[in-house]
Amino acid sequence: MATLQSLDLKRRSATAGTPPAARQTLEVSKLIDISKCIGCKACQVACMEWNDLRAEVGEVHGYYDNPGDLSPSTWTMMRYTERDNPDTGDLEWLIRKDGCMHCSDPGCLKACPSPGAIVQYSNGIVDFVSENCIGCGYCVKGCPFNIPRISQTDNKAYKCTLCSDRVAVGQAPACVKACPTQALVFGSKEDMIVHAQGRVADLKSRGYKNAGLYDPPGVGGTHVMYVLHHADQPQLYAGLPNQPRISPLVELWKGAAKNVGLIGIGFAAFFGFMHYVVNGPNRVSKEDEEAAVKLKEGGK
Amino acid sequence: MTTTHYVEEPTTVTRYSAGARVNHWITAGSLILLAVSGLALFHPALFFLTALFGGGEYTRMVHPWIGVVLLLGFTGLFLRFWRLNLWERTDNVWLGRLRSVLAGHEEDLPECGKYNAGQKLVFWGMSLLIVVLFISGVGAWDSQHAFLKETFGISFTIDQKRLAILVHAVAAIGAILIWIVHVYAALWVKGTVRAMMRGSVTGGWAWRHHRRWLREEVAADGKKSDGK
Repeated sequence: MATLQSLDLKRRSATAGTPPAARQTLEVSKLIDISKCIGCKACQVACMEWNDLRAEVGEVHGYYDNPGDLSPSTWTMMRYTERDNPDTGDLEWLIRKDGCMHCSDPGCLKACPSPGAIVQYSNGIVDFVSENCIGCGYCVKGCPFNIPRISQTDNKAYKCTLCSDRVAVGQAPACVKACPTQALVFGSKEDMIVHAQGRVADLKSRGYKNAGLYDPPGVGGTHVMYVLHHADQPQLYAGLPNQPRISPLVELWKGAAKNVGLIGIGFAAFFGFMHYVVNGPNRVSKEDEEAAVKLKEGGK
Repeated sequence: MTTTHYVEEPTTVTRYSAGARVNHWITAGSLILLAVSGLALFHPALFFLTALFGGGEYTRMVHPWIGVVLLLGFTGLFLRFWRLNLWERTDNVWLGRLRSVLAGHEEDLPECGKYNAGQKLVFWGMSLLIVVLFISGVGAWDSQHAFLKETFGISFTIDQKRLAILVHAVAAIGAILIWIVHVYAALWVKGTVRAMMRGSVTGGWAWRHHRRWLREEVAADGKKSDGK
């Protein structure tokens, strides 16, 4: 899929400077209210249907997660966690819809070496532009949420687009459209935060004192947010990272190493050249040749 | 290539066999291709270099395989030359007088065997970095990870992959810096390149830069027969 909104680009992978950003679109967000989710997987089906994707039929491993993981053709999936809450003695069924979080500071985009293979629109959506993708897997290393998957078929990276094609024409993402309990809602990020605050207040009034919004600041906030009953322990929800951030290894690799390395190489070449300019070539003299002849004759 | 510093055809000394030269140039070629394709994927400003390999996808595909060629090529060089690169006491003296080295005052330096201390450092530096580059490169070679897991049971965590790619980048910069020293020295010291092109150097070159090696060669030659 080509870039649908090239005027709306905010960031472009492996590109110096800022794209034109001629238009400022509304910053959007999807809000996933885990306390309302019934685990019906309608979102998964809607995603497959809208994006016309069908993962290979796998095996049942005795748990609800199906397919068992994200894949190049599974861009969202429900992850089920059963939890015995030690404080209340309740059995909790924590169901998290996993998929791209559309970070404001996307690690995938930072790591990507191919110009324009990953873009971020001014509405916050992070999109993979397959025709520019070279299949190196750097985005996988950049992502703090373990989202992108490389296809074995065409060696391109795939993940949720937040239905950028639908959003571009004023529609909500397919998953949101299909959700029967309105556990998924979509709108401006501002509105979604306000909506989440209402939900958090409601959860708190019902005894979930640690309820809260998951909009991790370590990645500049996300354009997919969660309402969690246990916002103090996001890792309970099938390993949702507690304080996600781009790995310092990736920051170093794509930050200092990249520039210092190139400058260092440039300086080495420069000093070599200047050494030649100052000292001139190191030549063998006539005396050296004569001494060698003498040595050879003497050695006979 | 070489200079015309001496009117008559000077006496020559064999420095590299045909096998060693072929081995060297296979290694050199793969190293240069790796540096170019690697830099293309390392810095966005150099991404245009992927065009030399037929685009980004081909670059990504071919780079690791060239790495395998480099590893095999360098292993050959290592087996040929490691013994001659063992560190000696005089190498410390040579290094201590780096100023004379850079000024070209070789009369102030101890007599060198086949390799001087600088060449030995290039040799051992490259040996170490190529091993590091290969191991870290395998860690970043995603398309072969399924194969590695099935065949050898080797798998990598995401943090290991992140570390691998950082180490790979830093080691590659180190290797490129060493390569610059290596190439510059060969160009600066006139009469050196022919050693790897034609296999021989002039007697004067050997006398000036590797006198102990020349003495050994002459002595060995004298024992055999008249020689050439």
